[in-house]
Amino acid sequence: MTAMPATTGRFGPYGGRYVPETLIPALDELAASYAAATAEPAFLAEADDLAAHYVGRPTPLYRARRFEAAAGVAPIYLKREDLNHTGAHKINNTVGQALLARRMGKPRIIAETGAGQHGVATATACALFDMECVVYMGTEDVQRQSLNVYRMELLGAEVRPVDSGTRTLKDATNEALRDWVTNVADTHYIIGSVVGPHPFPLIVRDFQAVIGREARRQILEAEGRLPATVVACVGGGSNAMGMFHAFAGDEEVALIGVEAAGEGLGSGRSSASLNEGRPGVLHGSLSYLLQDGDGQIAPAHSVAAGLDYPGVGPEHAHLHDSGRARYVSVGDGAAERAFRRLPALEGIIPALETAHALAWVEEAGRGGGIAAPVAICLSGRGDKDVVHVSSLGE
Amino acid sequence: MSHSRIGPRFARLTAEGRAGFIPYVTAGYPTLDHTRDLLAGLAELGSDVIELGIPFSDPMADGPTIQRSSQGALDNGTTVDDVFGLLAELRRCSEVPVVIFSYLNPLHARGVETFVREAAEAGADGILPTDLPLGADPALETMLLESPLDFVRLVAPTTYPARVREIARSSQGFVYYIARTGVTGARVELRSELAREAGAVRAVSPVPVAVGFGVSTPEHARAVGAAADAVVVGSALVNRLDQAGVEGSLALAAELHGALNGIG
Repeated sequence: MTAMPATTGRFGPYGGRYVPETLIPALDELAASYAAATAEPAFLAEADDLAAHYVGRPTPLYRARRFEAAAGVAPIYLKREDLNHTGAHKINNTVGQALLARRMGKPRIIAETGAGQHGVATATACALFDMECVVYMGTEDVQRQSLNVYRMELLGAEVRPVDSGTRTLKDATNEALRDWVTNVADTHYIIGSVVGPHPFPLIVRDFQAVIGREARRQILEAEGRLPATVVACVGGGSNAMGMFHAFAGDEEVALIGVEAAGEGLGSGRSSASLNEGRPGVLHGSLSYLLQDGDGQIAPAHSVAAGLDYPGVGPEHAHLHDSGRARYVSVGDGAAERAFRRLPALEGIIPALETAHALAWVEEAGRGGGIAAPVAICLSGRGDKDVVHVSSLGE
Repeated sequence: MSHSRIGPRFARLTAEGRAGFIPYVTAGYPTLDHTRDLLAGLAELGSDVIELGIPFSDPMADGPTIQRSSQGALDNGTTVDDVFGLLAELRRCSEVPVVIFSYLNPLHARGVETFVREAAEAGADGILPTDLPLGADPALETMLLESPLDFVRLVAPTTYPARVREIARSSQGFVYYIARTGVTGARVELRSELAREAGAVRAVSPVPVAVGFGVSTPEHARAVGAAADAVVVGSALVNRLDQAGVEGSLALAAELHGALNGIG
């Protein structure tokens, strides 16, 4: 089973709270508020009501028969998180955290975003609860995800481009943390993945765990058995943790996290922190990081902005070390091909991030290296990526 | 046992009736040669402790100035070995106390024990990790407390009173009070509550209290120095370095140092 970090903030040795002293009281307050809220029937009822009537849960578990034929393995089920309001799993977390912020009396929300999906989901929750919303986004991502920038602005959020460092998700996270350190009295930071200091990896995992809970029940209904293989893409790892959590105790279920190999492992141009990184401290927790010998964070790369991050959630680090989950990788090219194939086969345009998981299943399926039934977390839809992929050419 | 030069220096400050001057320097910015000259000059003009910053790729507690200086130092290839080399050179001409100021990951990557040993061998007196708050990693904190370096800790304006006392008690050499809720950076004005807050930390602290974040001018230094045992100045010196080179930065340092005489 996955360790419960409620008191120590640790998953095995990973996680923790490596932050400037200024943030300690806010993290204590958040942990206490979260523990109290999740024991309150009224809070849980409101969260459930929003999940059902606003987010659109439960999402379907869809059997993808033409994709099965292409991959040479069956059955394959897609957990359709792309059908959530705003088009990705991210809103499961943002609605929950916005409720927490309201409960803590914090009227101002900040967030970081890579692909823009978390930014859109945060802006959406803030519109719903009438909260001020500032989203930090690397200038490189602003460029490749311009549709989502416009969506956030339409939703009333202020998008602040971040021009430091690698101008991607890592740097947007730095800037959001600086904002939080400065405005912590009236501001809640809605982190978008299972990263950051305790209690964020726990809270985000818990709000996303609905994905796996539903999928587990749905596949039992459809197949009368558990999946043999559960697959999800991993950047920071929130959709994967959400998908894996309900299956963590089912030892017979293989958990596969698919990292972004970018231009290939060993190329120096990947985002595969678990495959190529070493443990270290970034953004408040101890986990695997892409870094040099001096502990300087190495630039990550992936065609998928949402995976373009040099770290990974601490619970994934623990699942990796314990062997409970296996972390593989898929490069830009294979992900782009999968991005193009699923629409043709199933009428579903997946996010480029999700396409990494699809590509691995196809590859492993054709190689006979995957046990069925397979359940893939279809973490988001790919409308946001259409312009970018079309610009890459064939 | 600590052979730190920090304790004796603060004892001397008390005897002389003045507040200490603690300049911060980003190692390797704009080049290692500049840092070498800056360190020698800062020691020469009577700095009481020097904070020597290890540049880090992701300085999340720092404002634009130190972000820029850190990135500049890394862009020209500054390594941890280079920083220790600079320190060893300084030790040939000066006994000024030096605290290594760093994010945790450069320590972690080298192995914290190795890092601390090598820093001590190079001549460091203290270590100040910005992202290792009290209770975050008890085993690591114990190792640092028992190391040859003074383990300097930070108190923030948001820290609750009971925790202030606990941090001060487990801080070695001095405790660093962050003058405002926010990131590092030069400021035009300091908050009016600062003197009272620093006094509250001083009242419960068994070690001297240094105050930094935002201190930019001799007027600031005098105001802060009246309420603290020492004043830390960082971004303002880096900004001056950009505008007026090593000489200009040292001139500002001398002014700040002078402003603290007879204060404290």
